[in-house]
Amino acid sequence: MNAPAAALLTQTHGLELLREMMRIRAFEDRCYQLYGQMKIRGFLHLYNGEEAIAVGALRALRAEDAIVATYREHGHALARGIPMNRVMAELFGKQTGCSGGRGGSMHLFDVSRKFYGGNAIVAGGLPIAVGLALAQKLRGETALTACFFGDGAVAEGEFHESLNLAALWKLPVLFLCENNLYAMGTALDRAQAETDISARAAAYRIDAAAVDAMDVLAVEAAVARAAQAVRGGAPAFLEMRTYRFRAHSMFDPQLYRDRAEVEAWQKKGPIITLTTRLKAQGLMREEDYQRLERECNAEVDSAVQFAERSPWEPLSDLERYVYAERRT
Amino acid sequence: MPNDAPEPAGTLTYRDAVREALSVALREDPRVFLMGEDVGRYGGSYAVSKGLLAAFGPERIRDTPLCESTFVGAGIGAALGGMRPIVEVMTVNFSLLALDQIVNNAATLSHMSGGQISVPLVIRLATGAGRQLGAQHSHSLEGWYAHIPGLRIAVPATLDDARFMLAAALALPDPVLLFEHLYLYNMEGTLTEGLERVDLEHAAVRRTGRDVTLISYGWGLHKCLSAAAELAKEGIEAEVLDLRTLRPLDDAAIMASVRHTRRALIVDEGWRSGSLAAEIATRIVEQAFYELDAPVARLCSTEVPIPYAKHLEDAALPSPPRIAAAVRALIAPAGGG
Ligand SMILES: Cc1ncc(C[n+]2csc(CCOP(=O)(O)OP(=O)(O)O)c2C)c(N)n1
Ligand SMILES: [Mg+2]
Repeated sequence: MNAPAAALLTQTHGLELLREMMRIRAFEDRCYQLYGQMKIRGFLHLYNGEEAIAVGALRALRAEDAIVATYREHGHALARGIPMNRVMAELFGKQTGCSGGRGGSMHLFDVSRKFYGGNAIVAGGLPIAVGLALAQKLRGETALTACFFGDGAVAEGEFHESLNLAALWKLPVLFLCENNLYAMGTALDRAQAETDISARAAAYRIDAAAVDAMDVLAVEAAVARAAQAVRGGAPAFLEMRTYRFRAHSMFDPQLYRDRAEVEAWQKKGPIITLTTRLKAQGLMREEDYQRLERECNAEVDSAVQFAERSPWEPLSDLERYVYAERRT
Repeated sequence: MPNDAPEPAGTLTYRDAVREALSVALREDPRVFLMGEDVGRYGGSYAVSKGLLAAFGPERIRDTPLCESTFVGAGIGAALGGMRPIVEVMTVNFSLLALDQIVNNAATLSHMSGGQISVPLVIRLATGAGRQLGAQHSHSLEGWYAHIPGLRIAVPATLDDARFMLAAALALPDPVLLFEHLYLYNMEGTLTEGLERVDLEHAAVRRTGRDVTLISYGWGLHKCLSAAAELAKEGIEAEVLDLRTLRPLDDAAIMASVRHTRRALIVDEGWRSGSLAAEIATRIVEQAFYELDAPVARLCSTEVPIPYAKHLEDAALPSPPRIAAAVRALIAPAGGG
């Protein structure tokens, strides 16, 4: 694991990272409530506990870099800069949503920000990321493609095929495995004969490391380093060790893990970790934290209002975009 | 590969026509590249891409490892990233390992993203039976793919289409699957003089007739044409319609022909249950029922995994004699007058 990057921490930097994680947390907590109110439907996978990954990684990457994510991607979409209004409207199924209301929680897209989706097929995004990186390489771009996926994806064939192809062709892909120890209710060690995920990536001759992903600064530093290597012409792999605080989705009674286990991880969550450090270093007071929390909640409030007020796509549009309307 | 015997000027095979289409596409558009298993050094498992590696280099004629799902998915990603990939999947049978990418990604991304994304990807696949390759190399699954909204399915059955459908597919912003029947690769002929492009929307009448419409595509088209030639000797004039695209289906052309002949026989190397043939029959019944003089008929492959032994394989597939027999039954039903 990487050493904590405490020395690098300035107040502005620390507060920005904290704010971004708190925004995502506030967003996710509100989604939970809105689901109960039936404003959001379908499958909803929340990112609580894992915020440091999206926030640290997307801060270390450039706007030109392409992003491929999974169905647990609200945090990545927000950290990439898709306006919260448009993400919330998408969850409401509204036309102003970032996918026009056609995708929902699991399929957020914003091509103008090189956000190539929420893919809800486990490991289905890896080949696409390989292809985006192939295009970047063939076109001589300096951009890379960052691909987020869970520990569950490691069991799929596409994981192995994609790592092999990226390594073989020296493609600019940064593989970011969010290892939260569970794929739905299946713990990693009940699914994998070898649970050291970065070791498996290394077997494909890809530079791989594990990162304490409860530490946003460690994530940021590791991604910055790995991205530099990727731009140098070879894929890299980071196993982000994290934990999901909430249920897998809204239909999960969590029979497979103890409350005590969840509580132990919550105590070392990414927001608490950074808050404690900022306070200890005298970079933040409790009032500052509370102000941030109020601001984040206010942003979520207005995103909800935006989503509520937004129109539904007219039924007459149902069959639009099955085939592209624009010539490319 | 040059043949020993000198050929008449302008003669080429279907394989040559596809290769020429690839060469032209690669030459004209720097975004185009070809990737797939053994497309480069080996020259393509059906020798279609032979010589292209030397002409265009390994960046553009890209041999992939055996990983259908990932190289098809990489084709999707490269298309999103601004390239115009042509992905070759050795045969449709192996495309089943890439079904997830084709159905869940290529076909959905445009609609699911609210039109932000299009996937200008061309996938070429060999299809069909007839060469004693057994049940895992002989199936005709193009009808399955034609079920999927978001995909375009085209089947070049003539040299002209083999030569020009690829360019038409590359010009579209959507994922297009081009099915090349492996029996056609050696078919010889000449290109229509002056032809420069074809579309991917219209069916084509390949033979006109007044008594019955034979509706087919791919190798089936040629079987229908032979059957029609036989039937003509008996005074039965069959019209032969080459569907060319299975999605979208050219309803207008199908109905125009059926209204004219008042009888239809659909010939498909796919199986019959839940099939493309079933879809076409239904459309005819929905749109031209009162103009029919006989029930819509179908001749499909027998519902078995295609067997190896020649006599069994032959018996499982539509053939000109069976097509002719089906036509006779339609025109003069047993016991009818
Ligand atoms: C190919 C496929 N199989 C099964 C599922 C159902 N499913 C959805 S999420 C999930 C668990 C995936 O776990 P992981 O990759 O660790 O991601 P996490 O949910 O923990 O973020 C499963 C099995 C699916 N979406 N896709
Ligand atoms: Mg997991």
